[in-house]
Amino acid sequence: MVKVDGSGGQSSLIQVRDLDKTYRRGGEEIHVLQGLNLDVSPGEFVAFMGPSGSGKTTLLNLLGGLDVPTRGSITVAGDEITHMSSSKLTEWRARHVGFIFQMYNLIPVLTAFQNVELPLLLTKLSKAERRSHVETALSIVGLADRMNHFPRQLSGGQEQRVTIARAIVSDPTFLLCDEPTGDLDRKSAGEVMALLEELVAHHHKTVLMVTHDPLVAARAQSTLHLDKGVLVEASKLSQSVPVGGVA
Amino acid sequence: MKFAQIIWANLVRKKVRLLLTIGSFAVALFLFVFLGVVRDAFNRGANVAGADRLVVINRTSIINPIPLKYRDQILRIPGVKYVTHNNWFGGIYIEEKNFFPQFVIDPENQRLVFPELTVPDEQWSTFLKDRTGAIAGARLAERFNWKVGDRIPIKTTLYGSNGVWEFNLDGIYHGNRPQSDETQFWLQWDYFEEKVPASFKGQIGWYILRVDNPDDAPRIAKSIDDLFANSPNETKTETESAFAAGWVKQFGNIQKLIVSIGVVVFFTLLLVTGNTMAISVRERTSELAVFKAIGYSDRSILFFVLAEALTIAIIGGMLGMALALLAVPALGKILTGLLPTIVLAPSVLVFGLAVALLTGVLSGILPGFGAMRLRVVNALRRV
Amino acid sequence: MVGKLVFFFIITVAAIAVLLLILVVVLGILAGLLAPFLGSVPISYNFRSIRARWTSTIVAVLGIAGTVGVFVAMLSLARGFKATLVASGSPDNALVMRAGSSSEMMGGITLESIKVLQDAPGIARDASGTPILTQDVVGVIPVPLISTGTDANVQVRGVSPNVLEVRKFVKIVQGRMFRAGLNELVVGKNASKTYRGLTVGNNIDFAGGHWQVVGVFDAGGSAFDSEVWCDSQIFNEVLQRPANIFQSATVHLTSASAFQQFKDAVIADPRMNVDVWREIDYYAKQSTAMTRLITVLGGLVAVIMAVGAIFGALNTMYSAVAERGREIATMRALGFPTSNVILSFLFEALLISFLGGILGCLVVLPLNGITTSTMNMQTFSNVAFAFKITFDLLVMGVLFALVMGVLGGLLPAVRAAIQPVSVALREL
Repeated sequence: MVKVDGSGGQSSLIQVRDLDKTYRRGGEEIHVLQGLNLDVSPGEFVAFMGPSGSGKTTLLNLLGGLDVPTRGSITVAGDEITHMSSSKLTEWRARHVGFIFQMYNLIPVLTAFQNVELPLLLTKLSKAERRSHVETALSIVGLADRMNHFPRQLSGGQEQRVTIARAIVSDPTFLLCDEPTGDLDRKSAGEVMALLEELVAHHHKTVLMVTHDPLVAARAQSTLHLDKGVLVEASKLSQSVPVGGVA
Repeated sequence: MKFAQIIWANLVRKKVRLLLTIGSFAVALFLFVFLGVVRDAFNRGANVAGADRLVVINRTSIINPIPLKYRDQILRIPGVKYVTHNNWFGGIYIEEKNFFPQFVIDPENQRLVFPELTVPDEQWSTFLKDRTGAIAGARLAERFNWKVGDRIPIKTTLYGSNGVWEFNLDGIYHGNRPQSDETQFWLQWDYFEEKVPASFKGQIGWYILRVDNPDDAPRIAKSIDDLFANSPNETKTETESAFAAGWVKQFGNIQKLIVSIGVVVFFTLLLVTGNTMAISVRERTSELAVFKAIGYSDRSILFFVLAEALTIAIIGGMLGMALALLAVPALGKILTGLLPTIVLAPSVLVFGLAVALLTGVLSGILPGFGAMRLRVVNALRRV
Repeated sequence: MVGKLVFFFIITVAAIAVLLLILVVVLGILAGLLAPFLGSVPISYNFRSIRARWTSTIVAVLGIAGTVGVFVAMLSLARGFKATLVASGSPDNALVMRAGSSSEMMGGITLESIKVLQDAPGIARDASGTPILTQDVVGVIPVPLISTGTDANVQVRGVSPNVLEVRKFVKIVQGRMFRAGLNELVVGKNASKTYRGLTVGNNIDFAGGHWQVVGVFDAGGSAFDSEVWCDSQIFNEVLQRPANIFQSATVHLTSASAFQQFKDAVIADPRMNVDVWREIDYYAKQSTAMTRLITVLGGLVAVIMAVGAIFGALNTMYSAVAERGREIATMRALGFPTSNVILSFLFEALLISFLGGILGCLVVLPLNGITTSTMNMQTFSNVAFAFKITFDLLVMGVLFALVMGVLGGLLPAVRAAIQPVSVALREL
């Protein structure tokens, strides 16, 4: 269940209320997000779309605990993250979020295996336990045979799949993707999207994805548009008055 | 440890740069050790001086002799345990460049005043019975390949006679510490006294005495000098370490020079490696941002950078010091006769290691802090 | 046999490698310096990029400056030392000592022998026909150093009152010469700067005598500048030495070429048993040990620093150029020929290293003329000598900097330049 009017109940995994984010640029104040609301239930696959500069990445950063809002609250799995200290947020991210960026995801000097292992090094798992998790993750993304390859030896699509493996290896609460297929050709993009779909369908992951490509967005279960600082359902996009937001 | 792989992988990212930085460290540390060894060599005398020994020289000039008859008067001063005397012989062994110090000694008391310079008993008794006998230090004997029983000719014009004095090498002495001077050549006072012309007889170069209690040294020194004040040969008495230190101070500016070179090298090394670390961190901004995004704390990033810097510093530093260790004997050979024995004291190595570590930490700190404070959202801005 | 062949092979390969390296460096410097005229990349780009990356540039400049500075300082110290000790004395003076003496202090020469010397051929005479000769007695006297306050041994030389006619390179620059028969001293300019109390008008006690300093002399930077001179007969008295025995005699010859004639006559004379040296040869010999020590130590330090500097410069330049791999690729993509790109970067590396070299030289220049002193183990006396920075040393310093610049900048620039543009652009 995905709602943008602030009416979601206790069953939401992710709950955002009245989110404001304002930047200062050259003496001017820019209100990127204004009174944004969002509810996402577990197992959802949501796409966020919007024109350049609309604040999609800002929203993603806030949801992922990489940034703090000017006002409002974000609650994930019962934890209110908006007032967490920087170090607590870091710990929280490690446990709850899997990130997939458009590029620069993988550390070029580490093998695929070592890249996927990175989040596990922050835990108390033994070497053998880590190995088992990594191998599992890599098999899910279908790259178990490329464990010891370096990123430069992989195609763009394969790199993104390794990134996905890393994102799921510590079993986070949800995945955040920022234009995951933006840098890829049609075929690789297709592979990556199929993988994300499978993660949602068979592994019950929750995925929030930002994209500018309607074909990519179509693979998600629901699409929300970021317009004038709030989220709007696709069907309501033609209306100029957003629901639950400031006029 | 589990992060070792990541740290190592980052280090070997650019192999040429890694080798160059390690090379810079190695050369700098090699130089530090070299400078430390040379500085120690200049300080040598001061380091081995006995705390309970005093040196008495002629107040007017160190090269003026003192009468032998002062000896009994010195012995009568309370607190004086043993007294011996030396003369500087100053002869030439074959050629001038074979220079080594030759001393006329008083065998009876030599071993009492210098217990740390040991000679096997049977060699010593042969020496005592042999008027033209001589004892050589172990390093001196090694330098010229002398063996006990060899006949050593020394040329001198100093004492009136214009000839060659021949000595039988009756024994070899060893110092009981690595820094002891084993380059001296000892000959007998009796023989010397016999052979020199009348105007030189009864005169010695300087006295060395051992006192019962080192704390008594200032009082005894004053007593001796008071005793001979206003005589034709006034004395100047000081502790052996003060004497050696004064000697070393005459080389004084050499020390300042060495220290200044060391300081310049340190700062240059710091500058270069700091810059290299900074550049290497700048190159990796987006990677570091990914680390932070997936949950690595800011402090852990600082730790990574410092660990890299320290690893380079340690590898380079140890390499440099190992090379220096190998080179020191060769250095000793080149400088034989010019400086007292070159010895690599452990303190020099410890100091070198400390400097390497400090440089490593300092070179990593600024870039490390920069990396620590990096904000993920800024670094991952879309291209 | 095989061992020898292998050895020669290695030597030949090494020699070729070194020659090639020298060739590359020389060409590199030439090319880099001529880059503004040869290449199409405007030098304003270089200046602007230096300014844009000013922290890295400053680091590179300082690193090279530091190395060049130490390099020039050490060499000038060795130069100064050699100049002082090795160039003491005059070629038309001859030193006479008892045969077999290794130094003046060991020597002895009687008044009778000196009288014989005065009649020898080749000796110069003054207007009244008196032979120009000085009879010397040398001793070391402890005097406190200005720098540490502790005693150092200053060489005191008793001379004949007409010594200035023998050692014509010595001039009184302050006060006057001492008068014969009095307890008066003239001090060398370096001695005056090194020891306490050696200033004109001052009184000083030593050797049981009470002396007054009446003048300062300049001995042209030779070892004599570290000495104190007085009347040798007075000195003999004060040291309680036999009255008419001196340690050496130095005669002024009619000309440098008269030396052989003088020497032959003196050696052959049965009335005395002496050695004859040219004054400059004698003093050069007196300093062999110290010269060798300073040369060896200085040389080793200089070599090690040079290697370190090249590593450091390579490191800095390599990193700086590598950091700009994208710019190089962009320029090539825009159409600048690869060779021009390389030339442009060479020029920049040379510019930076040139600045570093100049800075290094400027920083050590104030050292020129500063005296430092050390002990000459052969004479037990303290010798002061000065840093001697000459123009050719400065040139060497700057050239050294340029070499470091080329070695540091060439390789990475070429490496980045020969990569296919697409690869280079993609890597970033």
